[in-house]
Amino acid sequence: MTHLNELEAESIYILREVAAQFQKPAILFSGGKDSIVVTHLAYKAFYPAKLPFPLVHIDTGHNFKETIEYRDALVEKLGAQLIVGSVQESIDTGRVKEETGYNASRNALQTTTLLDTIEKYKFDACIGGARRDEEKARAKERIFSHRDEFGQWNPKNQRPELWNIFNGRKNMGEHFRVFPISNWTEMDVWQYIYKENIELPSLYYTHTRKCFFRDGQWLAAEDCIKRRPEEEVVEKEVRCRTIGDITCTGLTLSKAHTIEDIIAETAATRVTERGGRADDKRSETAMEDRKINGYF
Amino acid sequence: MANGYLDMKLLRFTTAGSVDDGKSTLIGRLLYDSKSIFEDQLEAVETASKSRGNEDVNLALLTDGLKAEREQGITIDVAYRYFATPKRKFIIADTPGHIQYTRNMVTGASTADLAIILIDARHGVMEQTIRHSYIATLLGISRIVVCVNKMDLVDYSQDVFNKIIADYKEMSKHLDIPETDFIPISAKNGDNVVNRSENITWYTGSPLLEFLENVEIKNQTSGDFRMAVQYVVRPISDKFADFRGYAGRIAQGTVKVGDKIKILLSGLTSTVKGIYNGKQELPQAQEGESVDITLADDIDISRGDYLVGDNANIPSVGKEFTLDICWFNPSPMQLRKKYIVRHATQEIQGLFTEILHKTDISTQEKIEGASELQLNDIARVTLKTAGELVYESYKKNKVTGSLVFVDPFTFETVGAGMIV
Repeated sequence: MTHLNELEAESIYILREVAAQFQKPAILFSGGKDSIVVTHLAYKAFYPAKLPFPLVHIDTGHNFKETIEYRDALVEKLGAQLIVGSVQESIDTGRVKEETGYNASRNALQTTTLLDTIEKYKFDACIGGARRDEEKARAKERIFSHRDEFGQWNPKNQRPELWNIFNGRKNMGEHFRVFPISNWTEMDVWQYIYKENIELPSLYYTHTRKCFFRDGQWLAAEDCIKRRPEEEVVEKEVRCRTIGDITCTGLTLSKAHTIEDIIAETAATRVTERGGRADDKRSETAMEDRKINGYF
Repeated sequence: MANGYLDMKLLRFTTAGSVDDGKSTLIGRLLYDSKSIFEDQLEAVETASKSRGNEDVNLALLTDGLKAEREQGITIDVAYRYFATPKRKFIIADTPGHIQYTRNMVTGASTADLAIILIDARHGVMEQTIRHSYIATLLGISRIVVCVNKMDLVDYSQDVFNKIIADYKEMSKHLDIPETDFIPISAKNGDNVVNRSENITWYTGSPLLEFLENVEIKNQTSGDFRMAVQYVVRPISDKFADFRGYAGRIAQGTVKVGDKIKILLSGLTSTVKGIYNGKQELPQAQEGESVDITLADDIDISRGDYLVGDNANIPSVGKEFTLDICWFNPSPMQLRKKYIVRHATQEIQGLFTEILHKTDISTQEKIEGASELQLNDIARVTLKTAGELVYESYKKNKVTGSLVFVDPFTFETVGAGMIV
């Protein structure tokens, strides 16, 4: 077996374990390539039956319109159920308070919306597209990752995970996050997208966009990011390496028009994909801190 | 396709090491010299090293990801690391080496094809060297490579290296050690890690990375077909009204359309009608693949059942087992207490009936007369389950031979076992 066959087989095995072990599992769908690959794997795992998981999108209200268009088309194509958790609603109902200033982001607010959505629909397992190669705290996280009733991750007391035996037992009110593509790298994801001919949002390919430069990276010039007077808007040929909320998605100057171009670019690049993510730069252990509180 | 290698093989290996033997530095070196570390990661490590007052860039900070680990300068948990060369893709299960983290080493070793054992050239073979080798052997790792590190601190001496090889062979005599190779390295300076050392001219073997790229690993494809049913795929649609697919990951062997198979526990037989991966129909499938199998006959089969090759060599079925276990939990393992037993896709109640002997992890001596097991203990025990399990010895098959124990109240994973 090639590495891609082996990774696919492992991920499908994990997704089937989720369907077998949980009452009400869901896929956390961001519209990024990783959650798209997870959804594709889930489709394969249960074909010709329908996807046994709804897609849950935590919407910050600051999405690229291409992401939403792609999401809706995919839901239609798969005949899947879509559930949207709205950060705007969390703000309006006073569950969270919006950050202000130039670097304001709704990234951290998503945690509350996510946990509220999990509680509202009583999801007992949320499948995510996180990978261990993305970030140092994620490198230590289990595939079946336990969350207590506050939605918290306890990195110091994780359940040992051996062979391919996954323990999804839990008490009422607790839940699991499950990461079927934990063992994939960014390159594996791109190679798999190429091999399986998976359609992606157009944002991943080079396009012309109004941008501005801040803290060493290009950001989209959209109303949801407040610009400083000296931050000039220019048109650039860019693409996204990862897709998140507009406020924390760095854009890469690129000439990649096809998946092959992207693979070649990924192979040559010297910066990690999360290097363009403002949310990770807030402190040395930004991801661990957010994950402990229930973040993706 | 340029720069894209779609058909690489995957090698999973584990490393165990204690505080000062340079394990994190070695992994940092493998990642750094194979260009798997990116500029922003290196910058972050440089910044973190400086703020801790380290003079050199501390490559260990690349792998020690949790706050507590960075604060204390130690590895606590298993970390998974990834890198690839044009020849292979690698997954490293990086584990702490101290005796109090035995459970983490066992966890890391459970999915590994190969183990790297590190020895500090100044100190030679120590108790922990043999302990790590013992755990690798217990978990059925088929290949060990011993890296003698810090060769720069012993003037790259061939005599020191040869003495360590001889000592290792002597001190591991009592273990059922698989094929072992020895490589003299300096992780700090990069000697024989990725690039051949200019300081160790007397060594003619491969540097570590070249060794890892080429080492052959035994697989289990040769045996008879085994698949535990994970899930029954039953579409609710007119088009597929009669479709009943038995989904699972093939634990051993090969299955072809038209093959006669036997279903366990029922003992009924049928013929393979179709094999699917998503929409794709396959003529055959082999160990490691996740498939969906349809059968010619309408038989009651559910999660926990097995599909196996219909011949004389079928797995055993039983309720009483002898196994080697490692205990993971601060609350001790008690005899006659009921635990949840997870075995492949089965879940059942079980209780331990006897502790035949504990093994001193440091000396591997057998200790009889224990009445309970503590965190990190390794022991041979007998287990009785509430119903029948389909099983084989762990040596024969890692899927049908492995078990995990779950506490029925806390639901924590409290132990792991390998059927003898």
